[in-house]
Amino acid sequence: MSNVLVLAEQSHGKLKKATLAAMGAAQQLAKRTGGQVVGLVMGKGVQAAADEMASYGLTVRLADAPVLEHYLAESWTPVVAEAAKAAGATWIVAAATAFGKDLLPRAAARLGAATATEVLSLSGDGANVLLKRPMWAGNVIAEVELATPVKAFTIRPTEFAPAQKAGGGSVTAQPVAVDAGSLKTRFVEFQEVKSERPELTEARVVVAGGRGTKGDFKELEGLADDLGAAVGASRAAVDAGWVPNDWQVGQTGKVVAPELYIAAGISGAIQHVAGMKGAKVIVAINKDPEAPIFQIADYGLVGDLFKAIPELREKVKSGK
Amino acid sequence: MPLKILVTVKRVEDPESKIKVKPDGTGIVTDGVNYKMNPFDEIGVEEALRLKEKHGGEVVVASIGGDKSITEIRSALAMGADRGVLLKHEGALDPLLVSALFQKLTEQEKPDLVLLGKQSIDDDQNQTGQILAERLAWAQATFASKKESLESEAEQKKQPGLVLSADGKKMQVVREVDGGVETLEVSLPAVVTVDLRLNKPRFASLPGIMKAKKKEVKEIATASLGVELQPKVVVKKLFEPPKRAGGAKVADVPELWKKLHEEAKVV
Repeated sequence: MSNVLVLAEQSHGKLKKATLAAMGAAQQLAKRTGGQVVGLVMGKGVQAAADEMASYGLTVRLADAPVLEHYLAESWTPVVAEAAKAAGATWIVAAATAFGKDLLPRAAARLGAATATEVLSLSGDGANVLLKRPMWAGNVIAEVELATPVKAFTIRPTEFAPAQKAGGGSVTAQPVAVDAGSLKTRFVEFQEVKSERPELTEARVVVAGGRGTKGDFKELEGLADDLGAAVGASRAAVDAGWVPNDWQVGQTGKVVAPELYIAAGISGAIQHVAGMKGAKVIVAINKDPEAPIFQIADYGLVGDLFKAIPELREKVKSGK
Repeated sequence: MPLKILVTVKRVEDPESKIKVKPDGTGIVTDGVNYKMNPFDEIGVEEALRLKEKHGGEVVVASIGGDKSITEIRSALAMGADRGVLLKHEGALDPLLVSALFQKLTEQEKPDLVLLGKQSIDDDQNQTGQILAERLAWAQATFASKKESLESEAEQKKQPGLVLSADGKKMQVVREVDGGVETLEVSLPAVVTVDLRLNKPRFASLPGIMKAKKKEVKEIATASLGVELQPKVVVKKLFEPPKRAGGAKVADVPELWKKLHEEAKVV
């Protein structure tokens, strides 16, 4: 059997959109390997997420136990390994979110599996499936083969179509044998950044600011709200403490592919571009006509963002 | 409680370099490319030094690579690390192999803490720390950060972001995750990988550079460590991604709006 195990990530009882993309990738892979897709939902009181996953036609293994209440790589790794064996999986897939990046390499190593991260696309069939992944901040694409019996990879959610609803799914229990007393890691707290805006990686429109904002994101946030957009930032803006860490777009931050990306006061370092060049339309607003961001922008406006953004907001509000 | 810290450094292409793929797809063009320490590893070295300054102990810096990797070890020694180990290796590596080699070194050195950059900016794998933690059966905390910004007073005072418990047996790690920040407590020994907002690395001072020349750097051949040196993440081919066609300019906001509204139809 060359089944594919796909790891679910849920928040407040609902599957993350990134997981739907991972499920889409797993289904594509299963067609290539001739196997079945098996879902794995882990946590405490997460039946709803398992039912949701099953509604996409997947056989779902549900590992529901108090010891799994808070995600920890250490305690979830044995569960992934056991579920992979029980599912007859030779492939394990997760989305390249903070969760997937933290867990999958460790869980795969438990099974002696090699892992490829941030996979963009698949090719080949049977045992010869090859994976494409970015290197050097996306300036290079590598085609890689995983030469271990069990193989694992994380996918970049923007690059795979989400799974579609389908019948035939089911949920079965995955036994959990993790001794809470033996754990060397303890969850202390999670400070959620609450926001009414869409998630950065899921938004149709992203308005992003950089050094050129000098720390004043007020108009940018206003424009984002006018457009129902998420707000992003360059590393410079985040490092300065102007905006939360999890707004960072780039090689080491979030990778986004919205329909519209508005970069205001962002010069366009390659590390930033690596996180947003998949946007359908890129607008750049920058005082410096030589800023590299203009080379990739569909519409570049040389000018002061503090004048341009309020003016753009007027246009958005009036609709003409 | 003094801490013995093993911190890893990798020699990588300067992030400002222009990276081009060789026409046959077997590698990148290295002519004219500068090399330096992986930026995430610099943050790891800085954190190790701050922990040592606060708690005492020893900072051992390790790298894997050819003779040239000694340059990056010396850079870390110039920042203030105590001694270096170079695992001498020619040829391809992957995260499974790198973690296997660092496991051997960790078993020899017996540190309280292994600090690694969360990823290297060449391969962008983001795996080695996680696999090392698994191999050692240690606690792992990836993407270490701190709640204070890099412009904060705590940062000005060069305080470590990793907080050691009073009994020296545990460490609190603030992690950058999706949708917020998480705090974990790990029992030592542990593996921690560091993210961008943990600290601003120091520059090596001139006396630091002079002292570094006299510090010990031990060389160990990777072939002597009993690890099968066969990569399992096999790179078949490299190529350059399609270029994005951009560069068009608009004169003013009304023109921008018109284009977005009528041409691109995205607003």
